Amino acid sequence: MSTTPEVHATPRLARHFRLQWEEVQQRHVLLYPEGMVTLNASAAEILKRCDGTRDVPAIVAELEEAFDRRPLDTDVRAFLDIARRQGWIAA
Amino acid sequence: MSATPPGPPLWLLAELTYRCPLHCTFCYNPVEFASIEHELGTDDWLRVLREGRALGAVQCGFSGGEPMLRDDLEVLVAEARRLGYYTNLLTSGVGLNEKRIAALKDAGLDHIQLSFQDSSKELNDFLSSTRTFDLKQRVATLIKQHGYPMVLNVVIHRLNIDHIDRIIAMAVDLGAEYLELANSQYYSWAQLNREHLIPSREQLARAETVTNHWREKVGDAIRILYVVPDYYEQRPKKCMNGWGNVFLTVTPDGTALPCHTARMLPGMAFPNVRDMDLASIWNVSEGFNRFRGDAWMKEPCRSCPEKEQDLGGCRCQAWMLAGDAAAADPVCAKSPQHDVVERIVAQAQVPFDARPPAQPLVFRTAKASRELGTAVPPAA
Repeated sequence: MSTTPEVHATPRLARHFRLQWEEVQQRHVLLYPEGMVTLNASAAEILKRCDGTRDVPAIVAELEEAFDRRPLDTDVRAFLDIARRQGWIAA
Repeated sequence: MSATPPGPPLWLLAELTYRCPLHCTFCYNPVEFASIEHELGTDDWLRVLREGRALGAVQCGFSGGEPMLRDDLEVLVAEARRLGYYTNLLTSGVGLNEKRIAALKDAGLDHIQLSFQDSSKELNDFLSSTRTFDLKQRVATLIKQHGYPMVLNVVIHRLNIDHIDRIIAMAVDLGAEYLELANSQYYSWAQLNREHLIPSREQLARAETVTNHWREKVGDAIRILYVVPDYYEQRPKKCMNGWGNVFLTVTPDGTALPCHTARMLPGMAFPNVRDMDLASIWNVSEGFNRFRGDAWMKEPCRSCPEKEQDLGGCRCQAWMLAGDAAAADPVCAKSPQHDVVERIVAQAQVPFDARPPAQPLVFRTAKASRELGTAVPPAA
């Protein structure tokens, strides 16, 4: 599997993965067959925007706007790389 | 008692029934299953699902026996999905026809784990004592047609381990996303048949080489989980990731257990969901607190620097092999009873020709269950 993002990639959660808020754990988790990944707040904010409609620059811009922090480009791309390698997201 | 309150039970395993059309020789259901009656009704299960979710359970497995034998399965799956569980169906495939697989999809079922006993029709049908191989192939195709992720589960043992190359090839052909090649562990029916099932060291090494070869070849296309029998390890596993730590099993008659084989342990009072709500069961019941933390440990575990890594191993194995559920798991090389495991492993290196098994394979049937009665620790 390539870990180099396509220039126009619009990442989305991999099939069969589900992102949801867990009230008891007070955090987002990623669910898949018989397993769970616990997410910190920034990972969850990035993954929430991986819906197949936004490309990476759009995701970055949205996060910079929402959290009034910039630049976030390097951090977001580094996380997306990990998520891709783990099979959490496609594209 | 543990010093700190337990975290949430992340996994709720709903064993809906011990009834099963298959008769697998390595089944982990209790040997005395035929005498366990009074299955929970639909309303009880719906309440268990709601209470489990409120406690924080997030993965829900519908298992058995064969859960397809429950005609309220669709109702239970729909409620579980509505509550926010990731819903998993663990099935032999028997009863999973076109109509029900579509109804389960509508109910929101997330994933199906399908069991095979082997890659060959002959051995699959022999080990399960049924003609189910062709049916399983058809069910695997249906699962993919309906867009489910599919885990194939093949219990591995002496009689099928040399087919592992063909087993993996079959899983790849069927389009499984995950393949679980878990060596049989010796509990319940598998314990009765241990002599037949335990592979040799050479068989295990070959199987691991073949598995690694496939992993390199197929990459991420299929994730292969391969588990060796505990008996071949030098340290025990952290059983169930800790007693009453993550897993909560509710058995067909409503008895709640920290693991699906814990019913065998003597002198334990496990609560029933008919008498107690799930929060009390998980947080305060005696059964769930008995082996939490490490205050219950004896030597050599109590002073062992590795005790937090494995929490003394498996309580059922300690009971079966050392005759004491609070002893160190004899799989551990530090256990005073480790020689018991060493003797069993040494015997497994000898081919059947030179040591015919003392008794024939026992198939999981209601008749055998009634004859064998309640499990006693076997003479190790």
